[in-house]
Amino acid sequence: MTAPIALEGVHKSFGPKDVLRGLDADIPAGEIFAIVGPSGVGKTTTLRLLDLLLPLDQGRILFGGRPCAAGSPEALEHRRRMAMVMQNPTVFRATAFENVAYGLWIRGVPEAEIHGRVFAALDFVGLLDAAKEKADHLSGGEQQRIAFARAAVLGPEVLLLDEFTANLDPANVRLLEGAALRFRKETGCTVVIVTHNLFQAKRLANRVAFLLDGRFVEIAPAAEFFETPSRPETRAFLTGEMAY
Amino acid sequence: MRGSRNTLPWPSFVTVWRIAFALAVLLILAGLSLSLNLHPRTYVLLATTTSARDSGLLDYLLPFFETDTGIGVRYIAVGTGQALDLGRRGDAEVVLVHAPDAELVFMAEGYGRCRSPVMQNEFVVVGPPDDPAGIFGLTNATLAFSKILAAHARFISRGDNSGTHIMELRLWSWVGYTPSPATDPWYEESGQGMSATLGLASQLGGYTLSDDGTFLVHAASLDLLIDVRHDPPLQNFYSVIPVNPDRHPDVNVDGALAFARWLVSSRGQGLIGAYTVAGMQPFHPNGEDRCGP
Amino acid sequence: MRAMTDISEISQIVGISLLVAGTSTLIGSVVGIPLGVLVALKEFRGRNFVRTLAFTFYGFPPVLAGLLVFLLLSRGGPLGFLGLLFTPLGMIIAQSLLIAPIVMGITISAVTNVSRRLYDTALALGADGRQWRVTALHDARVGVLTAVMVGFGRAISEVGAVLIVGGNIRGQTRVLTTAIVLETSQAHYVEATIFGVILFAIAFAVFAALQRLQERGFV
Repeated sequence: MTAPIALEGVHKSFGPKDVLRGLDADIPAGEIFAIVGPSGVGKTTTLRLLDLLLPLDQGRILFGGRPCAAGSPEALEHRRRMAMVMQNPTVFRATAFENVAYGLWIRGVPEAEIHGRVFAALDFVGLLDAAKEKADHLSGGEQQRIAFARAAVLGPEVLLLDEFTANLDPANVRLLEGAALRFRKETGCTVVIVTHNLFQAKRLANRVAFLLDGRFVEIAPAAEFFETPSRPETRAFLTGEMAY
Repeated sequence: MRGSRNTLPWPSFVTVWRIAFALAVLLILAGLSLSLNLHPRTYVLLATTTSARDSGLLDYLLPFFETDTGIGVRYIAVGTGQALDLGRRGDAEVVLVHAPDAELVFMAEGYGRCRSPVMQNEFVVVGPPDDPAGIFGLTNATLAFSKILAAHARFISRGDNSGTHIMELRLWSWVGYTPSPATDPWYEESGQGMSATLGLASQLGGYTLSDDGTFLVHAASLDLLIDVRHDPPLQNFYSVIPVNPDRHPDVNVDGALAFARWLVSSRGQGLIGAYTVAGMQPFHPNGEDRCGP
Repeated sequence: MRAMTDISEISQIVGISLLVAGTSTLIGSVVGIPLGVLVALKEFRGRNFVRTLAFTFYGFPPVLAGLLVFLLLSRGGPLGFLGLLFTPLGMIIAQSLLIAPIVMGITISAVTNVSRRLYDTALALGADGRQWRVTALHDARVGVLTAVMVGFGRAISEVGAVLIVGGNIRGQTRVLTTAIVLETSQAHYVEATIFGVILFAIAFAVFAALQRLQERGFV
């Protein structure tokens, strides 16, 4: 069952650079939570912290009320209940089928079950016919769809999307957004999506968070965020007047 | 969904790996069992010199022994020094060499069970047809060498501490010359076996010392003639020595002894005498069984 | 002197050559590839030492390896009781010692070049250390196959170690390279060349086949 996620006072620095300086957020189970902000502000870092890929310097991340740290023994188990789809897909040098099967192999799912689940996932992103194709021979859009299927097939409780439709043509963008929404609808998972595409955030999100100077300056339901933002920085960002 | 945390991805790839690993282990075990089972060996390992091999005698002779006794013989042809050393180590169980001084030391040190003379051939001095040192037809190699020295005629040496090389050095010492290839352009060392040295001598038009067996094998393709033969000091005596079982109990003691006795039996001796190359008989049997019952 | 034109003898020599070179390559790879992956990807005590060891033995003179193995396997030596001197397995041991560092070194290069992004992806999909190493090896498999090919090339063309440890015994430990040495020493240049041509043909055929596998990005 999907659990709520909480970020409490999260700090993260890379060397002398303080990227995150006290992030606070509560993400209820099943919500689509978008993070927007200027380039380089730390959106991807936030996702990677959530995925327990990076240790944080200060603060806590809680799943269902229980804190979890990257590198702790429970971290691997938690990580396996989440899946991330990144920008610029990295596919394995193998067929589409094998790419999607990867996460299932890792988790020891029996071969017979893998078959059905992989084909279902490929079908979900419309790539059933390409199952036997070598993944690195496919187009960028198709590779991203494989990356999505690869994540979705694991039945994650949390889906982390990091600019997952960046550099794709409108048709693929639409297809992938549709897949994400359908997936969330069918499984009730939580979705945390990082995007620089405000239209996308508007289309998909329940709530939107604006990350600036290492903090969430504003978190609001989507409609409110875009039409009546309460903070001046948010307004400046949305109208493109913010200089950074 | 909790499966085993240790399941590996790419199952067919991993399977190829496991097969390769299993195959490697299998092959090693098979090889080990094969060699461990051969204790003691069902064949005899003979250490001998390159001249015994290059003359073709062994390839001719050994099949007769195998037919007569059912015992297989494998031979390793190396330099005299290493052949005796293999006998010392017990890596070979019988040794057939032609180096009497070294053999006596070997026996004195207790490494040999018994030592029987088998056969003899001789060293000959061969040289180019135009014979610049004028030694053709001599029966005294020492005299021939002194003439080669006087004429500074080109001479090719084995230069490899083989039995032939040692004989050559002894001859030079009798005429008071110490070979110095670095300063004397007419004296060259090939550092190689007899066949290659003969080839070099033929090409460069030089003299050399050779065992008659190897020379006869190659005579047709060489531009060389036998200049000096039948000189008593140049007789070359072969002995067979089975290794001492007290030193190396787990070698094929019986096989080694059987081989040594067969070589000096009338059967073995008759075969040795019957071996010819280019119409000549390189080895003269002179065997005596000193390995008594 | 009977020249060696017997077909059965030639096929014996070819057979022993393939057995020795093939098995040595197999053993060298089974040892060298996993070690290479570990050195490239896993932090462990003595990691640098092992890596340095591999690269030092890269250019280890085969004939010296042959001498050392000879002393090891000789009856007087520590492993003499195994009775492996002058046998094909003895030759295989000597060659495996030469090939393992080579395969290991090339594997280290190939695996180190696997992209960081692949690592992030694998980790994000839930891979642990061991699973990642298998993934990296799978990604670098073309380069690793090159390592195996180079290893085989070294094995089939090696002459010093197999001569010293094998003894060039007819029908037992004579391989193509040592047969060439023997024939040449007896001035049988035609026979020597025939063996040389066969050796070249075998090496060529094996490389061509492996090349094909590489292009298909096998498995």
